[in-house]
Amino acid sequence: MYRVLIIGATSAIAEATARVYAARGAALYLVGRDLDRLSAIAADLGVRGAGKTAVSAFDVNAYERHQDVLDAAWAEFGQIDLVLIAHGTLPDQAACEASAELALREFSTNGLSTIALATAIAPRLKSGSTLAAISSVAGDRGRASNYLYGSAKAAVSTFFSGLRQRLNADGINVLTIKPGFVDTPMTRSFKKGALWATPDRIARGIVDAIDKRRGVAYLPWFWWGIMQAIKNIPEFVFRRIKL
Amino acid sequence: MTRPGQSWGRYPQARQRIVPLTDRRQPLPQVDGSVLPYGNGRSYGDSCLNPDGTLLHLRGLDRFIAFDSASGVLRCEAGVTLADIIAIALPQGWFLPVTPGTRYVTVGGAIANDVHGKNHHGSGNFGHHLRCFELLRSDGSRQVCAPGEDLFAASVGGLGLTGAIVWAELQLRRVPGPWMEVESIRFGQLDDFFALSAQSAHSHEYTVAWIDCMARGRSLGRGHFLRADHAPGDAGRHVPASATPMAMPFTPPMSLVNRLSLRPLNALYYHRQRAPRRRDSVHYANYFYPLDGIGDWNRMYGPRGFFQHQCVLPPANARDGIAAMLGEISRDGGGSFLAVLKEFGEIPSLGLLSFPRPGTTLALDFPNGGPATFALLDRLDAIVAEAGGAVYPAKDARMSGRLFRSAYPQWPRFQAHIDPKFSSGFWRRVME
Ligand SMILES: Cc1cc2nc3c(=O)[nH]c(=O)nc-3n(C[C@H](O)[C@H](O)[C@H](O)COP(=O)(O)OP(=O)(O)OC[C@H]3O[C@@H](n4cnc5c(N)ncnc54)[C@H](O)[C@@H]3O)c2cc1C
Repeated sequence: MYRVLIIGATSAIAEATARVYAARGAALYLVGRDLDRLSAIAADLGVRGAGKTAVSAFDVNAYERHQDVLDAAWAEFGQIDLVLIAHGTLPDQAACEASAELALREFSTNGLSTIALATAIAPRLKSGSTLAAISSVAGDRGRASNYLYGSAKAAVSTFFSGLRQRLNADGINVLTIKPGFVDTPMTRSFKKGALWATPDRIARGIVDAIDKRRGVAYLPWFWWGIMQAIKNIPEFVFRRIKL
Repeated sequence: MTRPGQSWGRYPQARQRIVPLTDRRQPLPQVDGSVLPYGNGRSYGDSCLNPDGTLLHLRGLDRFIAFDSASGVLRCEAGVTLADIIAIALPQGWFLPVTPGTRYVTVGGAIANDVHGKNHHGSGNFGHHLRCFELLRSDGSRQVCAPGEDLFAASVGGLGLTGAIVWAELQLRRVPGPWMEVESIRFGQLDDFFALSAQSAHSHEYTVAWIDCMARGRSLGRGHFLRADHAPGDAGRHVPASATPMAMPFTPPMSLVNRLSLRPLNALYYHRQRAPRRRDSVHYANYFYPLDGIGDWNRMYGPRGFFQHQCVLPPANARDGIAAMLGEISRDGGGSFLAVLKEFGEIPSLGLLSFPRPGTTLALDFPNGGPATFALLDRLDAIVAEAGGAVYPAKDARMSGRLFRSAYPQWPRFQAHIDPKFSSGFWRRVME
């Protein structure tokens, strides 16, 4: 049985991804903040075909608990074939500009905690397994409207790039997932246009990238082109435009 | 993908705030003004709309809670679609006890309209297979309702007005596999339909007829009678490719369904089947949900949308009433792309406002051609009223309050159970 650990399992993208693995009969270990919601999701995955489910509640910013939670997951499943780190928040950029304390806390949630978790997970993985994290296209270039989130995701992307090189020789695939706009509760208040994708579509892309052992996945694929264009705008022009 | 805030007929267009509920343990969101639950917008008119108010979008309540594959009892959140249920239950030998003609409706929507299918004569409505459901009311209370209770009778077929259904428990039915044994019989006139229907009610689980509503004179009411049963699962058979369903990619500037296209389409359909009788093995998806294969097909009616008119006429007046309606349509020449005829059985509905009742139901689609279409629909309503029949709220956008109130005489009893915070465009319209 394919064994999956998902951190941030109550996020819309994580839940949709978990459903794909449940339909394949996988075992799923779900970690998140809200035990009730985790339990509801675990029951759902069970009906959808998951071979086994287990849940554990913790806050990613409680760094001192990382090893315990990972120990529990490994103890439960013996070995884990896929770890998906999917937690995140959408910081209020203006509030982060007004408070360094808030800025650092958000940076911790969206960047540092993932780095800490990946560091603790890496030595536990065996050849053939995958470590995946949801970063964002927002990490490819800092924009005035959300650079706190973007810079935290940039840290994740760069960290994962290095980790991928390091673990490649051990047969462990490290995947950086870069979704564009996704229609989730996190982005409820946004006006939706043609570039917006559903969590289901992103989930299918994630599973496909994991199956194919890819290193970086822009989801949907067209974001690769969009980000190439945005990355190539010269800084002297970029600083003047609004994005 | 239907955008919340629209109904399937795309008429009327309404402005409303959309507030999602995605966690079944959360309280009802606090909003100004009235709210109405919204499932997947597969109702045609304004019964799933709340103009200038709030729609409580419940599609995100899409988790299963428990499924016992030995007994077929399924508990799930109200935003789970019938398609989701089939996907998990059919491989384990279970199917929906009752299903409408699209699988993209939510469990909550199926309850709130107490939907029926082609097996009404044997299995009744969706509500007959409910064991219980939980209703979230605006006073913060949660009530688990079971058959026999007042709030259950008010909420089944209750048009979303008694509170938000957050989860439900239903009894699925055993099937041998995904295949259907379908017999199609061509018939030449309306009386043949009644004969075939009477004959097939005891022998076949599913019956329905398609009518060529452009035909006149002696061939008035000609069509195809389809009767079917679940067939033993046969692994050797080829499952139809549904991986890349077609879809209407955009809304054409005008309706593609019009006088010019309707007559040949209807005649073509009638003559498609050469032999008077044909037997086929058909995959359940093609049998139950032929239209689901074309995504967003409602767009083909253009930006002004379209109307469905579905009525039921009591047995004593059914023959003459249906003939009068078909005569009216054929005279009008506007036609209907689809005319579906079915006899309901005797099983009494459980809901105070449930649509199904003994008699014959006719369903018709009309592009919105402005005042002329409204006038035709009013003439059809007059025939329904005369016959002592009823129009289906799930398919309605314009019936008069007077027709509604006389066809649903239990409405005063129902009204006592309405949640004070809940309202809909439909309800305000028919209560004026
Ligand atoms: C192609 C097609 C074929 C159809 N065939 C049939 C048929 O054969 N038989 C039949 O009976 N109907 C049929 N219908 C109509 C359809 O089954 C009903 O309109 C159904 O109620 C739609 O469900 P929905 O989830 O889309 O709900 P919506 O259309 O969004 O809402 C329907 C009603 O349910 C209420 N509601 C939704 N969710 C909840 C909830 N959680 N709690 C409380 N109230 C709620 C809404 O307020 C509204 O009053 C058909 C529709 C289409 C498009």
